Amino acid sequence: MSLKELSPLASPLSVSQVAQLQQFARELTPLQQAWVSGYLAASAGAALPISASVQTQPGNTLTILYGSQTGNGRGIASQLAAQASAQGYAVNLCAMGDYNARSLKQEQLLVVIVSTQGEGEAPDDAIELHKFLASKRAPRLEQLHYAVLALGDSSYEFFCQTGKEFDERLAALGAQSLLARVDCDVDYQQAVEQWQQQLLTAVQPHLQSSAQVVAIDSAKRASAATVFSKQQPYEAEILLSQKITGRNSIKDTRHIEIDLGESGIQYQPGDALGVYFSNYAALVDELLSSLQLDGETTVAIQQQTYSLHQALTEVKELTQLYPGLVQFWAEHSASEELQAIAADRELTREFIKKHQLADLQRLYPITQVDAQHLVDVLRPITPRLYSIASSQREVDTEVHLTVGLVAELRNGIPRYGAASGFLARAQEGQKLRVYVEANKHFRLPTAPETPVIMIGPGTGVAPFRAFMQERAAQGITADSWLFFGNPHFEQDFLYQTEWQQYLKNGQLSRISLAFSRDQQQKIYVQQRIREQGEDVWQWLQRGAYLYLCGDAERMAKDVQQALLEVVVMHGGLAVEAATEYLENLRVQGRFQKDVY
Amino acid sequence: MSEPKLSANERIKSHSQHLRGTIKQGLATDVTGAFSEDDQQLIKFHGFYQQDDRDLRNERKEQKLEPLYSFMLRARVPGGVCTPQQWLEVDRIASELTTSNSIRLTTRQTFQYHGIPKRNLKTIIQGLDRKALDSIAACGDVNRNVMCNPNPVQSKLHQQAYYWAKKLSDHMLPHTKAYAEIWLDDEKLLSTEMEAEPLYGDTYLPRKFKMAVAVPPDNDVDVYTNDFGLIAIAENDELVGFNLVAGGGMGSTHGEVETFPRLADDFGFIRAEDTIKFAEAVMTLQRDWGNRSNRKRARLKYTIVDRGFAAFKAEVENRAGVKFQPKREVVIGDRGDRYGWAKGVDNQWHLTLFIEGGRIKDLPGKTLQTGLREIAKIHQGDFRMTANQNIIIAGVADAAKQQIEDLARQHGLLGEVISASRGHSIACVALPTCPLAMAEAERYFPEFMDKIEALQQKHGIAEQPIVVRMTGCPNGCARPFAAEIGLVGKAPGRYNLYLGASFEGTRLNKMYRENIQEAEILSELDRLFARYAVERNAGEHFGDFVVRVGVIKAVLDAARDFHD
Repeated sequence: MSLKELSPLASPLSVSQVAQLQQFARELTPLQQAWVSGYLAASAGAALPISASVQTQPGNTLTILYGSQTGNGRGIASQLAAQASAQGYAVNLCAMGDYNARSLKQEQLLVVIVSTQGEGEAPDDAIELHKFLASKRAPRLEQLHYAVLALGDSSYEFFCQTGKEFDERLAALGAQSLLARVDCDVDYQQAVEQWQQQLLTAVQPHLQSSAQVVAIDSAKRASAATVFSKQQPYEAEILLSQKITGRNSIKDTRHIEIDLGESGIQYQPGDALGVYFSNYAALVDELLSSLQLDGETTVAIQQQTYSLHQALTEVKELTQLYPGLVQFWAEHSASEELQAIAADRELTREFIKKHQLADLQRLYPITQVDAQHLVDVLRPITPRLYSIASSQREVDTEVHLTVGLVAELRNGIPRYGAASGFLARAQEGQKLRVYVEANKHFRLPTAPETPVIMIGPGTGVAPFRAFMQERAAQGITADSWLFFGNPHFEQDFLYQTEWQQYLKNGQLSRISLAFSRDQQQKIYVQQRIREQGEDVWQWLQRGAYLYLCGDAERMAKDVQQALLEVVVMHGGLAVEAATEYLENLRVQGRFQKDVY
Repeated sequence: MSEPKLSANERIKSHSQHLRGTIKQGLATDVTGAFSEDDQQLIKFHGFYQQDDRDLRNERKEQKLEPLYSFMLRARVPGGVCTPQQWLEVDRIASELTTSNSIRLTTRQTFQYHGIPKRNLKTIIQGLDRKALDSIAACGDVNRNVMCNPNPVQSKLHQQAYYWAKKLSDHMLPHTKAYAEIWLDDEKLLSTEMEAEPLYGDTYLPRKFKMAVAVPPDNDVDVYTNDFGLIAIAENDELVGFNLVAGGGMGSTHGEVETFPRLADDFGFIRAEDTIKFAEAVMTLQRDWGNRSNRKRARLKYTIVDRGFAAFKAEVENRAGVKFQPKREVVIGDRGDRYGWAKGVDNQWHLTLFIEGGRIKDLPGKTLQTGLREIAKIHQGDFRMTANQNIIIAGVADAAKQQIEDLARQHGLLGEVISASRGHSIACVALPTCPLAMAEAERYFPEFMDKIEALQQKHGIAEQPIVVRMTGCPNGCARPFAAEIGLVGKAPGRYNLYLGASFEGTRLNKMYRENIQEAEILSELDRLFARYAVERNAGEHFGDFVVRVGVIKAVLDAARDFHD
């Protein structure tokens, strides 16, 4: 977190403390700042208690979570919430499906009301939390006191199974039971009433003495001793590679979660993550066999020796061609066709866009190349940059990416993007080397009351997920407007449920959607911008910041054109003046682009 | 004593401005494929339900996508009769505007579409409207699609019975202009305060209300399972009136004994010209006396049980201004359809086609949807959807008979031998779209019937029709509690097994085994079929047999003995 973004809403400091700190920080040189941060971190680790939560004082709150299919659980939970509120307790009543599991470690008092489905499964709403608790990501919960009410039907074999499992898992994570679990049958009314009374008695002592402050060890995070970089990347671990387009989508877009562990790596919304990858094993094998080379052959790269297989997998670029390589292949294959391409810069550029090394070898095969020669002519792997899709205020030591799998059938053979294929194939626990690439030109406005317009079709939506997480964590509810588009509403609405939640909570004010293939006429975001041009113009007049992320080649140009038309039509400016207006926005930092 | 709290739906209805709610705003909200929770109750009155693909729920949750919402729209087609021109439009809509690419015939003689995205609803309703079809009141707390025996043989009597079915359907329509306003872009009323619902009032009925007209001896409409049933009485081939029955209904809830299925009571004979008076009397009495605090006990059957038959009947006569006459003797017979060609008294031909599970869809070698489309292009008569989810190509002239038969054979609509039991059996839709289903029905039922057929063959009783019905839940869309063998879903792969209903639909069944899987179901039936094959009396149906030999007790008064 940088000091300029520090706000009392998002920190444990009071308004005046924030002002003092900002004033103080402005007077410091970078070197002094580093020293102060180290000093504070060390003393925090030693003694100073630091509040764990930024929003509420959870110690005073009774959190009631319900997972319910038919509404019985919800009914009981609302009843209990009303009773507890009537006694003056602060209550947080929440459907499990809407609950952020990461908040668990800050809870003090938790009531779980959950039913069981057919053959012992959790109700839909509870599946995620249930899974989270059983996963190795579940935190220790020593601070937590809890009670479970299980609902079920005793004519089924696995009566109240889900409730039992919640009970067991919470206990296993170190939480202490307030009250023995009660398993309710279809005629639950009486048992429930009794349980509600017992529970209200049982929570009383905890709610009365719960004003204490929780200490956390924040030293670890602050002492970022090593600075990771492109040259010195951090070896992180994949937590999740989840396809987030529907099963009938024509696109394969992945949500990737990466654990930065104790690296101390910090990033800002708007930054990118550099990702190193290994080449696809099947691709390496195909090349070795087609070039008739032995993978065990030893090769040297910058005074280091590798097996050829290793060099092709870990060190050398296989999917991005460069003119020299085309030239090399043209010479060795003696293909006139390829020589003609290599002799023409424009043709070479076109060729490079649509082919990779394996295609080159398939179309213009060569066999008389030795391993060392091949390795010498190949370029080293360059890491790929992805706009980060998360904010550390929300995900702490994780970093999330939104990755479109590049996949294409060429001459009947599937070809994948090197990094996107690697990330899409990755399993939980897979190691990968990463580093943060700061992007100072893609930043939320410093003044939190500034409206923001975010235009991010396709995977261009990634940084806006980070923006929204950041704003939500900071409690910013100033106007925000997202433009998103993709082929189909049902299949390709990336992070749909998250946007819905932000809209519901008032954290996102407006969303404009363009699903190009849901009707006969294709509709893209630029059309929505035009349709709502009057409002766009008004937002700009009110000082809104404009952000654009995604495909540079077509989308960005079309959106730029649409914005120009909006300024002409609704701002009443001539085309030249409108162009200048947009250029001015850019110069002022009010029109920021992250296009690729 | 204070009044019991009204159910949530009552609040929704009374605040809805005659079923408008915020449906229009919901249509314009493109961030979700769903409607708001309150509107989800109101859209039923407009003929459709919100559903989602339950097979994909968990997968999509992980994909951070909302459930794959879609809508099931059911049309209002009194008596199941539609023209070939209407059918062609029904077919086009299914192909172009739904993701299921199919037409589903229902157990109440209409068709429904599955897999309609929200953005297509309006286009579909406008398409139906152009062919004089609608979905008003096809679902919701109102009078639903009125059934009528589509008997093609006694065509004159059918015509007269159909006249009353249609008249009842039209007469009982809600008067609100909400449907026309929202879907057909009719001008908005300046004030809905002036808009009256003379029959229903602002809160409509406490629960759904179902009507059927039977033409004896056929009981394909399962007249006793309806809230309000009319059994046609003819003298010299002319309809003179009806035996009125009321208070039937299937829906119940597992594990809640205060809910139960029930067959309608006989009230007596009424003259044809008094039909509307009596129908209004029964329906408005249910409107006023029905339970509006507990939807699980809100059907007419509970009103009659709670208030007492005598008191209810007296008030019906009071409101109708006419007394019931003693009921006429009448024979109630078969609930199945007559498959194949039949010739009516008017010398026209009628072809009844068996549609498994009511699902009209093109599959390799069985291009049912295309077949019916091709028939509709040349057919001069009409189509009749039956209560057994089948379809009749009705009113075919001698000259066109061969051509229609050829088309039917060519597309796999005709030609397969249907066993006696399969021809009498039905299943509801259930998984993956129905939100109420706890187990499979339509998708699994054909395979289950294969096994029943094998068992019947094994015991030499293959020729014996047995009414087998399966539903995914106890709401009972396929009328499982009136089946000789009823299977009602409890959990994936698990069913309650009910036995002992009469073949004709005049006695309910009763639970025989709870929450069992296929192997157990089949082994129970294997044992019972073995006994039945040996011990049955001549002509004795399976449902009657199991009661006679004491395998199961007869249900005589469901309120008292269905659960005992």
